[in-house]
Amino acid sequence: MSTPYAQQPPPSPVPTPPGHAPHPPYTAPPGGGYSSPIPVTRAHLGHALASEWTKIRSVRSTVWTLGIMFMLVVGIGLLTAVGLDSEGDGYIDMPLLAGGLFGLMLGQICVITLGVLVITSEYGTGMIRTTLTACPRRGRVLAAKALVFFLLAFVTTTLACTLTAMIQSSMLGGRTVSPEDPVGEAVRDSIRNGELIATSDEWLDATVGAGLYVALLGLLSLAVGAMLRHSAGAITTMMGAVLLPPILSAFMIGESLEGVRDALLDYSPLNGLATLYGVPMSDEVNASGWPLLGVLAVITAVAVGAAAALINTRDV
Amino acid sequence: MIELEGLTKRYGEKTAVDRLTFSVRPGVVTGFLGPNGAGKSTTMRMMLGLDSPTSGHVRIDGKRYDQLQEPLNHIGALLEAKSVHGGRTAYNHLLCLAQSNGIPDRRVDAVLDMVGLASVAKKRPKGFSLGMGQRLGIAAALLGDPRIVMFDEPVNGLDPEGIHWVRNLMQQLAAEGRTVFVSSHLMSEMSVTAEHLVVIGQGRLMADTSMADFIAENSRTYVRVRTPEPERLRDALHATGVNAVAADDGSLEVDGQPAARIGDVAAQHRVVLHELSPQNASLEEAFMRLTAESVEYHAHTAAQGQPPGPAPGQSQPPGGDRPTQQWGTGWKEGR
Ligand SMILES: Nc1ncnc2c1ncn2[C@@H]1O[C@H](COP(=O)(O)OP(=O)(O)OP(=O)(O)O)[C@@H](O)[C@H]1O
Ligand SMILES: [Mg+2]
Repeated sequence: MSTPYAQQPPPSPVPTPPGHAPHPPYTAPPGGGYSSPIPVTRAHLGHALASEWTKIRSVRSTVWTLGIMFMLVVGIGLLTAVGLDSEGDGYIDMPLLAGGLFGLMLGQICVITLGVLVITSEYGTGMIRTTLTACPRRGRVLAAKALVFFLLAFVTTTLACTLTAMIQSSMLGGRTVSPEDPVGEAVRDSIRNGELIATSDEWLDATVGAGLYVALLGLLSLAVGAMLRHSAGAITTMMGAVLLPPILSAFMIGESLEGVRDALLDYSPLNGLATLYGVPMSDEVNASGWPLLGVLAVITAVAVGAAAALINTRDV
Repeated sequence: MIELEGLTKRYGEKTAVDRLTFSVRPGVVTGFLGPNGAGKSTTMRMMLGLDSPTSGHVRIDGKRYDQLQEPLNHIGALLEAKSVHGGRTAYNHLLCLAQSNGIPDRRVDAVLDMVGLASVAKKRPKGFSLGMGQRLGIAAALLGDPRIVMFDEPVNGLDPEGIHWVRNLMQQLAAEGRTVFVSSHLMSEMSVTAEHLVVIGQGRLMADTSMADFIAENSRTYVRVRTPEPERLRDALHATGVNAVAADDGSLEVDGQPAARIGDVAAQHRVVLHELSPQNASLEEAFMRLTAESVEYHAHTAAQGQPPGPAPGQSQPPGGDRPTQQWGTGWKEGR
């Protein structure tokens, strides 16, 4: 062909960044062409993690969703504590830290939203194409996104829950329960020397347990977002998964449906959270929340695996 | 160096890219030309490993795209649509890309400077104009100081100054020994930028040629003559062995003769001339002729608005086989 390859060594690259050492003498790469003076690093998961951290901290939706979550959890927790405190001593049927549940029930919706947006906003804007040209290992991109989001969601939720638990405990703790006072079944184990306290298990459940549960729910949302690639669709799906079971169970009237109703209640995500706070929706008052957390973890792992398989096969 | 071999992409019934085989060499700007819907963007997405080909393959410097260890150092791409999160500042957008390839942060400032966006580095691209968006995309493409750059319609939405800038940038990048692959549907734009030309129509390769050859073979030069007595002039010219053809608008067109010769003949026969002008058939016309039968979306205009060449729809029976003799096949054979 008539067009020759560039034979002369190329002039210095377009910019010469300040402070940049003069580049090494040009050596033609095999096959001719340009060779960059910029140091070349082999990209690995660490790079993807740094990149995803920059992404998640540099959009407003992160600040908004997590900020609102924090305010809902702590604010409603505080209101609950004030309300319970004004009732004074008397009939007690709620564990000491259970007041944190109501705020978190709303707050988890923010985490779900953020989990979805972390991935669907890339599809919505077309950013995913830029992302995947920069890092063609799609599994690595998904893993980095999942890890960064999960850790961020876990830390912020656990912080909010811990603060709320401390509020509950400082305002309501030490209420005296005299032997003749009626006491709800749920709190029977939490009375020490006639005072309502929170056991260390209750502390763990209401802080790390709750944080883990909500962060897992967020991660499940991320996986659903990666599969559906559509913000509204994925958020709606997750809302349905969280809110529908208790609503549906309300319609399951009659003996024949009792099994279904109980299963819906037992395995609904809300019940998992409620159980961690010691106020399960089912009849098993003393159930532990951790088996349900395990169920959620398994479901999430499967969903993330499915999302990884899908992202590798689909065009973007 | 980019090599395509038998690259094919089908969307259901529709074949968007049809057995493309060509390579893009370093050191020159290669223009990738085709009418709307020809499959340029689809081809580029497959080159970047974003879409997977139905069959065939692409090699970047001999490797599959997903085997590249530091992709941004190999290839930088400006994609068709603004592929940017509108809520993340220009700086952070480039920073997250740089980090994913282990590119030092200072490179972000360097490319922002290079494309002239340094002053809006902390602004969100949501509010960027079309041209600023293109510049941000180009900044991202240059981030890794890549050996291959690929621009999908880079001058879209740019003002004349911006077009000039992109043009110079591409030529400079090529002069540095890089592979530059740029798509467009404007032949005129390519004729001033590209040294090599790949033309596709309906996903099929129509031409793979150097720009110089394309121009030589396609620029028909002729002389246009206007006179109140066209018949007399025609006869006079005919008598000297020169053939004049009457054009639609009443003028005469004379191929392969200098204007002076025609003027002399007219003077000898005392024929009044109103116009005597040498003409170059535009490359745009040549391009349209080349892709005429493959143009997918025709505007419904009167027949005279059509480019020369076989009328679309006639040459290709609906759903039938493609014509055996195509415009452009000669290109490949001629080499
Ligand atoms: N995801 C898709 N699903 C179905 N058809 C598609 C898809 N992407 C592209 N096509 C079709 O493939 C053909 C080629 O499209 P492509 O965008 O590659 O053309 P193009 O040459 O870039 O056109 P333009 O100059 O308008 O940008 C078009 O007919 C288009 O409708
Ligand atoms: Mg296109």
